Amino acid sequence: MSPTSASLVQSDQDKTLVLNMGPQHPSTHGVLRLVLEIDGETIVRLRPEIGYLHTGIEKTCEAKFYQQVVPLTDRIDYLCPLTNNLTYCLAVEKLLGLEIPPKAQWMRVLMNELTRINSHLVWLGTHAMDLGAMTVFLYCFREREDILRFFEMVSGQRMMTSYFRIGGLALEPPLGFFEKVKKFADRFLGNVDEYEGLLTGNPIFLMRTKGVAKLSAEDAIALGACGPTLRGSGVDIDLRRDAPYTGYENFKFNVPLSTEGDVFARYVCRVQELRESIGIVQQALAGMPEGPIKADAPKVVLPDREKMKTQMEALIYHFKIITEGFAVPAGEVYQAVESPRGEMGYYIVSDGTAKPYRVHMRGPSYANLQTLAKMCEGLLIADVVAAVGSIDVVLGDIDR
Amino acid sequence: MPLTPPITDLEQLKSHPALARLLESNTAAVQAAKYDRDELTIWVDKGFIREACAILRDDSSCPFNYLADLTCVDWYPSEPRFEVVYHLLSIPRKERVRLKVRLDGSSPAIESVTSVWPSANHYEREVFDLFGVRFTGHPDLKRIMMPDDWEGHPLRKDYPVEGYR
Repeated sequence: MSPTSASLVQSDQDKTLVLNMGPQHPSTHGVLRLVLEIDGETIVRLRPEIGYLHTGIEKTCEAKFYQQVVPLTDRIDYLCPLTNNLTYCLAVEKLLGLEIPPKAQWMRVLMNELTRINSHLVWLGTHAMDLGAMTVFLYCFREREDILRFFEMVSGQRMMTSYFRIGGLALEPPLGFFEKVKKFADRFLGNVDEYEGLLTGNPIFLMRTKGVAKLSAEDAIALGACGPTLRGSGVDIDLRRDAPYTGYENFKFNVPLSTEGDVFARYVCRVQELRESIGIVQQALAGMPEGPIKADAPKVVLPDREKMKTQMEALIYHFKIITEGFAVPAGEVYQAVESPRGEMGYYIVSDGTAKPYRVHMRGPSYANLQTLAKMCEGLLIADVVAAVGSIDVVLGDIDR
Repeated sequence: MPLTPPITDLEQLKSHPALARLLESNTAAVQAAKYDRDELTIWVDKGFIREACAILRDDSSCPFNYLADLTCVDWYPSEPRFEVVYHLLSIPRKERVRLKVRLDGSSPAIESVTSVWPSANHYEREVFDLFGVRFTGHPDLKRIMMPDDWEGHPLRKDYPVEGYR
């Protein structure tokens, strides 16, 4: 973060002007600062400046026990806290060699897909609002509210859930939870039709998005794009299908693709993903297995409160895990998960102690941000707003 | 998935396309390899990294065409102190491989891979900012997370968690 914009982009001649956009700009979706070099209203060069939200989470992780890192992961990509929880837990479970019971796995899939819908709804609402369609925002947040209530039901929190724990889940879902989710899932496809009715055929929306901020498949791969941004450019990869984790191999779903590579293509991919996700939610509800929600590993997983009142071992394990943590065998893993924004990876190095030696989060927003400069070359300033919205960045995920 | 001991024998691991390809092009530059928890790690010489990345990217049978992640681990106080870690993904074959380079603690520097993958730009800037590892040939090597006038590199192990006050 340089104090002066002039040192960021050297304006070659007198022809161009350096313009600062953000970090307090309503359509940069957080504290993203873009330094634009413009010729008239045309972008000559664009440079993202980040770091305004850097909190040193990776450093903080090194000072915590493994189980204490879970709440920190919520705060990275705050629009999909459960995906962060999942990636971290899967990585530690891989380090430990822990087997997760089927019910916990299916619950993880269910909650993870609800998170994807939640995240896409925020994206859709704000993206449409950036482009002048106010109503969609209100509709999206209506359904998002329902999903946040589901999160509150299972974890007691609407946003910073920390619901997935190393070895399983924090709590059993409460009575009536599945019925409520089922009701929501049954009507949600109708809601998606509603959003699409407002946008997909809307001539103003089409003019703002079609052919804008194009990205070819080669550029997308070279610049490290991931998720819907990569699939919008026609690259067929989805980690849920290609490297299944937490039981995704048991679910049937399509991976929406588009070859256009423009803002509209990325919009189409995400909206189709909403439909696919609700399909996965319905499959998870229909096939939800019975059984425990925590792995059988007393040294890692906290015992039930009831057992602690009657069994001495349970009390001892509880005391030990809370005060000393649990040692994780030395080694390293990279666990990647398909988050709503693309490949979310956690690289964890263990030195055999109870605290992680190094935790690195590979954020999908951080990767997608690098494509912005290429996309915006030669566009108008107003199109930058459409381009930023289309890659769906979350600044918490970028700055960490 | 109970844990099994890691395999570190190069001969046994040769069947993996990435390792085979690197051994074929420059046997001397491949220091070691490890297969642990279903993940392959290859240690290569510091001077070979850019070439290794280019070879793996352009391999015809299994192109590792995507740089998924680039980061660093500080092993202070032991030497060599730094390990720069590259996570490569093959989009056509859905395979992953991890490359590692060991660097000494005194003025650590390594060749940039931005010429192989432009996406390495921000990752290398982040490692430079937080670990103080220099990347030669990087087009724009400056701090990305911390302010330009910040002193020290926060993710180094000798940097206190609460910072200097």
